[in-house]
Amino acid sequence: MTDKVISCRELTKRFGDFYAVDKITFDVSKGEIFGFLGANGAGKTTAMRILCGLSFPTSGQATVAGYDVYTQQESIKKNIGYMSQKFSLYENLTVEENITFFGGVYGVPAATIKERSRQLISNLGLTNEAKKLVAGLPLGWKQKLAFSVAIFHEPKIVFLDEPTGGVDPVTRRQFWDMIYEAAANGITVFVTTHYMDEAEYCNRVTIMVDGKVEALDTPGNLKQQFNASSMDEVFYQLARRATRSAD
Amino acid sequence: MKQFLVFIRKEFFHVFRDRRTLLIMFGLPLVQIVLFGYALTSEVKNITLTVIDNSRDENSRQLVNKIRSSSYFVVDESSIDYNDVLAAFRKGSAKCALIFPAGFGNDLLHQGKAQIQILTDGSDPNTAKTVVNYISSITTAYQHEISRQRPLKYLIIPEPRMLYNEEGNGSLNFIPGVMALVLMIVCTALTSVSVVREKETGTMEILLVSPFKPLLVLIAKAVPYLILSLLNIIMILLLAVFVLNVTIKGSIILLFLESMLFIITCLSFGLMISNTTNSQQTALLLSMMGLMIPTMIFTGFMFPLENMPKIFQLISNLVPSRWYFLIIKAVMLKGLGFKYIWKETLVLLAMTLILLTIALKKFKTRLS
Amino acid sequence: MSAVLLDHITKTYEEGKVIAADDVSLQVEAGELFGLIGPDGAGKTSLFRILTTLLLPDKGTAKVLGYDCNKEYREIRARIGYMPGRFSLYQDLTVKENLDFFATLFGSSIRENYDLIKDIYRQIEPFNNRRAGKLSGGMKQKLALCCALIHKPEVLFLDEPTTGVDAVSRKEFWEMLQQLKKQGITIVVSTPYMDEAVLCERIALMQAGKIMAIERPDTIISRFPDTLYAIKAKNIYGLLTELRKRKEIASCYPFGEYIHITLNAPASPEELEQALVRSGQEDVEIKKIRPTIEDSFIQLMNRANTEV
Repeated sequence: MTDKVISCRELTKRFGDFYAVDKITFDVSKGEIFGFLGANGAGKTTAMRILCGLSFPTSGQATVAGYDVYTQQESIKKNIGYMSQKFSLYENLTVEENITFFGGVYGVPAATIKERSRQLISNLGLTNEAKKLVAGLPLGWKQKLAFSVAIFHEPKIVFLDEPTGGVDPVTRRQFWDMIYEAAANGITVFVTTHYMDEAEYCNRVTIMVDGKVEALDTPGNLKQQFNASSMDEVFYQLARRATRSAD
Repeated sequence: MKQFLVFIRKEFFHVFRDRRTLLIMFGLPLVQIVLFGYALTSEVKNITLTVIDNSRDENSRQLVNKIRSSSYFVVDESSIDYNDVLAAFRKGSAKCALIFPAGFGNDLLHQGKAQIQILTDGSDPNTAKTVVNYISSITTAYQHEISRQRPLKYLIIPEPRMLYNEEGNGSLNFIPGVMALVLMIVCTALTSVSVVREKETGTMEILLVSPFKPLLVLIAKAVPYLILSLLNIIMILLLAVFVLNVTIKGSIILLFLESMLFIITCLSFGLMISNTTNSQQTALLLSMMGLMIPTMIFTGFMFPLENMPKIFQLISNLVPSRWYFLIIKAVMLKGLGFKYIWKETLVLLAMTLILLTIALKKFKTRLS
Repeated sequence: MSAVLLDHITKTYEEGKVIAADDVSLQVEAGELFGLIGPDGAGKTSLFRILTTLLLPDKGTAKVLGYDCNKEYREIRARIGYMPGRFSLYQDLTVKENLDFFATLFGSSIRENYDLIKDIYRQIEPFNNRRAGKLSGGMKQKLALCCALIHKPEVLFLDEPTTGVDAVSRKEFWEMLQQLKKQGITIVVSTPYMDEAVLCERIALMQAGKIMAIERPDTIISRFPDTLYAIKAKNIYGLLTELRKRKEIASCYPFGEYIHITLNAPASPEELEQALVRSGQEDVEIKKIRPTIEDSFIQLMNRANTEV
């Protein structure tokens, strides 16, 4: 299980004099749920963009799913899934159409799409809603569907950007169930968030402050280390030291 | 009152800090005026004139030679009859034709007057008009020339006929036209966006929750645009007078007051749109795209309303810019006074009141 | 007289298809810091809009400071401060211009109520000439709070003020609210974060347009009917699937690093631990814990669902 799916070495992204990401180093193993935390402007988004193959680093090394972030961006994109709270599904397409569309985008063969989509819809209990517009679904269902769509093409890694903010506690649990299941099936889950209670569910978390990784451990160990009762407190102690705030 | 002034100041901040607004406000008229100005008043040079001389006498030859020697026309005499010309017009290979009736010289010499027919392509009204003007003036010059040698005055009556656009349309029309178009679009679009923007950013919620009266919100929103639009009119008029050499024949004060009325009409229209829509996009689409085409068509400066089907003519009555266009044409180009345009003014006034009432009715003191 | 009163309020959208508030009644006393806790879509914003006179309820009466929200909305509007959910300031105006504008709009001035806002305003005053759109999330929120306070309202309505704001700013924000409370302002605040509930004096837990409980946070927690255990093992997903199969488990759901469970009557945690170890779970740890508001919320939600 020392399969490293993401590996960063002194990864840096500089905009002029501004180090958005400053020499970050970490590894993520296969099937791990990895939390990537930081305040707005700490550099989370920039780092995640590099790892998703959307932007080039200034220096340092990183591989994602075994592919190099400098030279193999296209291969990276094929092997990852992405879900964000802000954009994930087309509201004016039906449940089925969304699945078919995103499956198609990732090059899943049509026959496979058909079969897997039927299965997925029944697993989610959306059989009656399959032909309805996504816009009409409750928020919690949308998020579950969005996650399913993000891993529909069986990627090695799925990136989740603040996936469960604002959902009711019960739906949120159902959502984490799905994440656990995906991880148990060998999909690495990379969660960026500034909701600290989301962080508690991760196997390991990094906390970024001012572009640097300031902490990296299991939530339990971090809480012990900072003598805190919650990740929120850990984060508060670290983030208070931040000198920059970009928005 | 202090609240009101602060509100207006805030609106001005919005306008001056948004380059897009300023660009639409002042860039659009500038571009339109210059474009229309140069596109529509371009000189006609070396245009091919098809001549059918059914008379073939000394006078017709002389006149054709006069035309040929001007730098404006290249004379083409290959066509034989009227049908040839019509066919050429249809194909677009001919833009204008001059037709001498049989016995032209005879009529001129013995009856003292004769006719020529000038055919032009009305789908290009500006060229058509210019051609008619040039030929007419050459004909007049020729007429003077031959009259000087005889005691009796000869009269050649050019009978212009515009194919496809019988009434024709003068290039001078375009300044009032552009004024109507630009004000209509700019005022409506900008005001429509201004209220909706507050809805989008959520500030409308706070404004509503404040003790500030909704009516005043609307007025305060409109005031900066009214002032800027008046500046806009000044700019358009200055451009018209100094760049395009248009002379304003009527009273400038009347012109200004009528423009102000029209601006208020447009502002009310904009407010009405913004009170009935919920996103800047919809508002802008509605006011820019939705208004642009109908305004262009129904104002009457590009396409003569008289040629339109009855139903379109009726619809055109609902377009405020149509009435403003009539007013401005009357004041600016014909130099007419208020007593000639009071009806149109009344129509605009009525429209304004109706639009403003709807706008106010639609303005909600609550959400949804 | 209650500062805020909702009496059997019902509000629906799209001709009754969407129910935002379902027969909601609550009271907030003067000077109280009251929290509406619930996820997105629970109906919090609709209640705020009814109370701030922006929406009319379908049924029921709403009163603020004794004034009726339907009829006497002018009286209410002059006396309340409101911070809507989204960032609702003029992005293209500077900090100072925004504050000036809102002060004047409510017939006040910065100088007049400087004392009330000074603790908050001082933190953003150095950026007086910066456009609001260029402020960081936390600073925008402080500015918005200043703008809502500038006319010295008697009741302050804050709709999800901490959503999308990082942990540091959130903490600072709650500290500011405690300060404001000391000045006697009644504060009604909504939040989707369960952990913020304990910072309020009294809370209403909302879900799907209904209020599930209105109490002091510790009272709600003390009403949790069962003994709650937190359990974890090396393989958390394996543990979860194993627990779901077991008859002695009454409820079980992931909760951060742990899984929270309640047991059916005869079962004991010791027996469960042994059984789990026997079934192959490694590093099993089980402990009795005090429920959190989130646990109560889940319990109440599940109860409501089974009742339906």
